[in-house]
Amino acid sequence: MNDPAPTVGARFVGQRVQRKEDGRLLIGKGTYIDDVVVSGMLHAAFVRSTVARGRITRLDVSAAQALPGVFAVLTAGEIDKLGARYFNAAMDQPDLVYPDNGLLCRKDVRFVGDPVAIVLADSRALAEDGAALVEVDYAVDPPVVGIAAARTMPPVHPEYESNSVGAMEMTIGEDIDGIFASAAHVVEDEIVNCRQTPVPMEPRGLLARREGSGELTINIATQGPHMTANHIAGIFGLSINSIRILAKDVGGGFGQKVTALRDELAVVAAALLIDRPIKWIEDRLENLTAASQSRDETCRVRLAFDSDHRLLAADVDFNIDYGAYPHAVHGSGGLTFMMLPGPYRLPAYRFRSSGWFTNTCGEAPYRGPWMMDMFARETMLDTAARQMGVDPIELRRKNIISKADQPFTMVTGMVIDDVTPAETMEAVVAAVDIPAFRREQEAARKEGRYLGLGIAVAIEPTAIAMGTYTSEVAHVRVEPNGKVTAMMSTFSQGHGTPTTMAQIVADRLGVPFGDVTVVEGDSTRTGYGSGAGGSRQAIVGGGAARVATDMLADKIKAIAAHAFNGTPEDVLIDEGIVTIKGSETRATLAEIAQMAYFDTDRLPHGMETGLETQYRFRAPPMVFANQAHAAVVEVDIETGKTKVLRWVAGGDCGNLINPAIVEGQISGGVVQGIAGVLFEKVSYDENGQPLAATFKDYLVPTALDVPRLEYVHLCTPSITPGGFKGVGEGGAMISPPTLVNAINDALAPFGKNWLNMPITPDRVVIGLAEAMGDS
Amino acid sequence: MSLHFIEFELNGQTVDGMTESRRTLLDYLRQDEGCTGPHAGCEHGVCGACTVLVDGEPMRSCLMLAVQANGKKVETLESLAAADGTLHPIQQMFREEFALQCGFCTPGFVMTMVALDRAEPRPDAEEMKKALSGHLCRCTGYQGVLRVIDRLAAGEGAGK
Repeated sequence: MNDPAPTVGARFVGQRVQRKEDGRLLIGKGTYIDDVVVSGMLHAAFVRSTVARGRITRLDVSAAQALPGVFAVLTAGEIDKLGARYFNAAMDQPDLVYPDNGLLCRKDVRFVGDPVAIVLADSRALAEDGAALVEVDYAVDPPVVGIAAARTMPPVHPEYESNSVGAMEMTIGEDIDGIFASAAHVVEDEIVNCRQTPVPMEPRGLLARREGSGELTINIATQGPHMTANHIAGIFGLSINSIRILAKDVGGGFGQKVTALRDELAVVAAALLIDRPIKWIEDRLENLTAASQSRDETCRVRLAFDSDHRLLAADVDFNIDYGAYPHAVHGSGGLTFMMLPGPYRLPAYRFRSSGWFTNTCGEAPYRGPWMMDMFARETMLDTAARQMGVDPIELRRKNIISKADQPFTMVTGMVIDDVTPAETMEAVVAAVDIPAFRREQEAARKEGRYLGLGIAVAIEPTAIAMGTYTSEVAHVRVEPNGKVTAMMSTFSQGHGTPTTMAQIVADRLGVPFGDVTVVEGDSTRTGYGSGAGGSRQAIVGGGAARVATDMLADKIKAIAAHAFNGTPEDVLIDEGIVTIKGSETRATLAEIAQMAYFDTDRLPHGMETGLETQYRFRAPPMVFANQAHAAVVEVDIETGKTKVLRWVAGGDCGNLINPAIVEGQISGGVVQGIAGVLFEKVSYDENGQPLAATFKDYLVPTALDVPRLEYVHLCTPSITPGGFKGVGEGGAMISPPTLVNAINDALAPFGKNWLNMPITPDRVVIGLAEAMGDS
Repeated sequence: MSLHFIEFELNGQTVDGMTESRRTLLDYLRQDEGCTGPHAGCEHGVCGACTVLVDGEPMRSCLMLAVQANGKKVETLESLAAADGTLHPIQQMFREEFALQCGFCTPGFVMTMVALDRAEPRPDAEEMKKALSGHLCRCTGYQGVLRVIDRLAAGEGAGK
């Protein structure tokens, strides 16, 4: 691991500083949502549809209502009195048209798991007993399962004319069809990803109650407390300052907890209607089948090359299965369209896409939701290299851009700068030692062992600072005792912001790391911020923390200079001690703070009292980071099993605040990506019944399934304060094409291209039998 | 539902109470004893977040009924750190190796590792990895956990 040298004077930024939050998490004193208990709390359980599509012909809650311990059973009739309509918290405006079937289903159900009723009881067990007594009859209709069915079958949502949603078509460049007609090489194939679900280890959950004169207090497993407050205010027509969202420890989010979904909002509705604290903790069956799912996408790609293997054009047809209630309806492929050309020169480009409603669980973000840009491009480059008979790395070298080419305007109009695609790829190539691997591969093949090497390269827009994601705020203060509090609008679900933000503050102020406490997770304690989502908090939160702290240091210097007859430029703050150059004077930060708060006559004339600053950082619209990963695999052609032998993760995410936390973000994402290629798939049968309902059907990787990652860090600073870039999602997006390229390299002698996910052992065995039968 | 009286040793203290027969040990520990270490991650015995030691053996407290704990010795994550706050060597290694992110799965991993650390003869690294295949982590990609195993297999830990 080659850590960058810390910036001059930096004690903490750039270091593997141990995490503050681990202190409580390691002794069982974290506060996850189910750890929050209030008196008088009722427990909720949902009655969910058992059919994928049908009309509700009878709904009888009387037996459930009569069960001792059941307080109430709510259906759409009650919930609709609040007039709530779902919309997306992060991306869409409330005036966009959403499928409108209520927070609980009104007359019909649209996927297995669609919430029909909510039972409130003295305990979760009693609520589940009550749910089992709710009788629902359905007149079942044939469900829409899969994109092909969505194209021809009646609309999932009667209020929509068809199942297509957010369709778009973009063409850049002249005469695309002519380019393909005259190109020296044309390569075409289809990448079929499989439906996955984020699986945070802590399922969703919330505890909602009215307090005081009607303030709505909600503890919720969320990725962004402030955004959730804004969302719930909008959904129910409440004022944001009558809502308090609290979240302390959240057991992972990965996109699923960006926005509260219909069932969570139904729990809020229940708390508003019943006026009792209501807790709902999602169980794993609900999480796997009825929360949110992702990556059910196909992408047909045609690439045209000249005789020298330079890219001439790309023609892309991208389709997403959105399920019944996607988290957002605004478009089908915006970022995938913009980023698909990646770090390569591409003169002409056509992109068509559509989302499709089906009678399945709705789509919502999963770490790198536009990952098809990397997946399709990088697997197709390898496909093209095999078809044209060139080395895949040489093919990339012909087309890739380097630092010297920047600023570089992508064919889609985005200007990228401060990235190192070629340089990172070359660093990874060097780390792998490709000639040595090729010799090993050759020798292994002679023994009937199939080794493969895959490489994938990408650029990634991080901190997409637009709309609700534009800015974050830091309020930093020195308390009267000299300790430092940083109130941040950031929020961690394992990301480590209580540590990384404290590293920045401690460095910029010149205090011990242990003296800084970061406070987050309460929508009423700081101003608005959108929290985790879009690989953004290091940049936007880090920028806010850094600038606010610099302003605070300036104030301390001004106070010290005035009090001790120096100039601010001569004041040094180090280890919490304030000194003046060339003078014996020294004061603790506590002494300066005492002046600022209590002995204010000693402050410079006219200076605001107190020792606190606030800064809201508006990040540039996009800060680009880049990755190049390499994987070595062995595919056992007898069992079909793929073993990942080696993984080199190269990346340039700017200045690293904490390399261990950065590597943790990369490795977690890489393993989620590996999971999507080798293990995880949410399937539905022809009746729309989900086939992955437990962890025995939905195979999350274990410690036995993962390689030990090797990291290569290039650290090209971004233009933002501190030079930070985002790193949260890149690993999850770059790893699938890396692994698929390695598998296809291993199995290249059999002449079949594997682009259909997941590449499970049974499919490898069957596919090899077919390929060998064909040949 | 009839109630049953149970009494067992929890983290060195005798506790007792009344519980329904259908109640899991996990729910009893969390709700009646205020033990927030063990977590409900799947409630079907796969993810391992609820793991506690029962008479020294790692157990899925989501698959064990509270009444089955009667007369037994139960240890949870809360028992490990010293009274002065000093972390158990395995907790300390988790911290040093960045083996946790959200921390939700961590109590289960740590309790299974404590059992491995106490086992005689000491399991080797491969056996330890296999034992940890009963624990799911979604954040870390297991890199830090594997480093803790390396250290544990090399002889670090608290031992018996």
